[in-house]
Amino acid sequence: MSTPMVLCEGVHKRFGRLEVLKGIDLEVGRGEVMCLLGPSGSGKSTLLRCINHLEKINSGRLSVDGELVGYREGDGKLHELHEKEVASKRAEIGMVFQSFNLFPHMTALENVILAPTCVKGTRRSDARERGAALLERVGLSDKLEVYPVALSGGQQQRVAIARALAMEPKLMLFDEPTSALDPELVGDVLDAMRQLAREGMTMIVVTHEVGFAREVADTVVFMDAGVVVESGPPAEVLGNPRHERTRSFLDKVL
Amino acid sequence: MSASDQGVRTERPEDIRAVPVRRPGRWIVAIIVLVVAASIVRAVVTNPHFQWSVVGQYLFDSRILTGMVATIELTVIAMVVGILLGVVLAVMRLSPNPIVSGASWLYIWFFRGTPLLVQILFWYNIAALFPVIALGIPFGPAIVHGSANSIVTAFVAALLALSTNEGAYMAEIVRAGIISVPEGQTEAAQSLGLSRIQTLRRIVLPQAMRVVIPPTGNETISMLKNTSLISVTAYAELTYSAQQIYNVSFQVIPLLIVISIWYLALTSVLYVGQYFIERRYGRGFSRAQRATMASRWLALGRGGGGESAA
Repeated sequence: MSTPMVLCEGVHKRFGRLEVLKGIDLEVGRGEVMCLLGPSGSGKSTLLRCINHLEKINSGRLSVDGELVGYREGDGKLHELHEKEVASKRAEIGMVFQSFNLFPHMTALENVILAPTCVKGTRRSDARERGAALLERVGLSDKLEVYPVALSGGQQQRVAIARALAMEPKLMLFDEPTSALDPELVGDVLDAMRQLAREGMTMIVVTHEVGFAREVADTVVFMDAGVVVESGPPAEVLGNPRHERTRSFLDKVL
Repeated sequence: MSASDQGVRTERPEDIRAVPVRRPGRWIVAIIVLVVAASIVRAVVTNPHFQWSVVGQYLFDSRILTGMVATIELTVIAMVVGILLGVVLAVMRLSPNPIVSGASWLYIWFFRGTPLLVQILFWYNIAALFPVIALGIPFGPAIVHGSANSIVTAFVAALLALSTNEGAYMAEIVRAGIISVPEGQTEAAQSLGLSRIQTLRRIVLPQAMRVVIPPTGNETISMLKNTSLISVTAYAELTYSAQQIYNVSFQVIPLLIVISIWYLALTSVLYVGQYFIERRYGRGFSRAQRATMASRWLALGRGGGGESAA
């Protein structure tokens, strides 16, 4: 069996005295889509940020594609990774944020080609061609030269997805990608994500879209108060939850 | 009236014509302002002590023009050095290394805490403090050295004083700009694999510029006028050039008017420059460029027409 794309073993994360993750065990296989559900403050976003090296874990082991996140193992000790090594690891993981975080001083296309030209050293003309193709894929071929401020929330989020895909990541992290959107704009973003899942991208999606989770996810994980309450195929976790906490959460969001 | 009725209406309804509210207060205030303005103009024009003919005589005097070139030179170089210094100090100030941020804090504290005039005099008299200036290994042998008097000329002293002082102010302005960029921008850049330096250069600083430029325009205008303090070191910038003339001719007032006219002319040029730089870095921050007063005047000159987005 091949190594899983993401493997969490007893992951703890504290902010000062506040313990946000209290021993998370998770496994995400290659090409798998995992949806993280749970009330706000349950640690879902923090877990995503840990996977992308935006936060350092305090204890446990967290690895992506068989390599530890943030550390290197040598002679029985853990060594902190140099900033450059962290950056190159991050480049292999795409992340999409709730608030889009597009670069407002760049057009849609400039947003998409920045990292390939700047980090990978792709030729500008090649990057432009590929960037235009990516934006076309998310349905924005007519918005290449438009600044983010002139795009709707749904369009901005699709640019953000294209921007992450431009680095050809092996793993995509979505942090509540549709939570900041007007209801009628959610569909386009979910469509783009659905398509991505069909193409075999490994994805971890923090979401409140239970319908999307039911349809697209291979595994649904319900988190509460820093622990995984239950996980399994969507039909089980969403259709027939075993835990009271999962049931009451689902009653509220459905 | 039914809904379908509204859908097919084509003729425009008649505009309302109402009797406007009378505003006698506005008229009274306007008249007072005009009377005051007229009396000031009258005093300026008719008072013979202004000696307008002498003003005209010296306005384009070669000594004045040479002084003005020196003033522009000082302003431009000191501002460029000051801005670069400010960026470095601001980045240092935000560094996680406490020694580095502490050093920046100390620099800003000192240069903002002492008068510019005093700093100018210090730099001008630097030879009294360090007769020999040497460049070499710290605590080790010097590689090049020379007498302070020959290296720090009046011009160099002026530049050092103005730019080191400006650096302290610019550091705070740049720091405010950097802080104004939302954290999500840095996170997005880092999640794409950009390094800290790349994030700063490509993402944070360009966005900080929008916040940094208006106060920097202010600083440039201050700098232009602060160069007049350099006159205390007998360096022939605009103000000292005028002093040299009136020390001989005793026509103090007309010459002060001459240089005031030039300072005003130069600051006016800076206004125009600032407008264009602001527009350049405002890209992507509003759907349609906000019509500023300057753009309305420019549009007037081109026969109207609004600015489009992007």
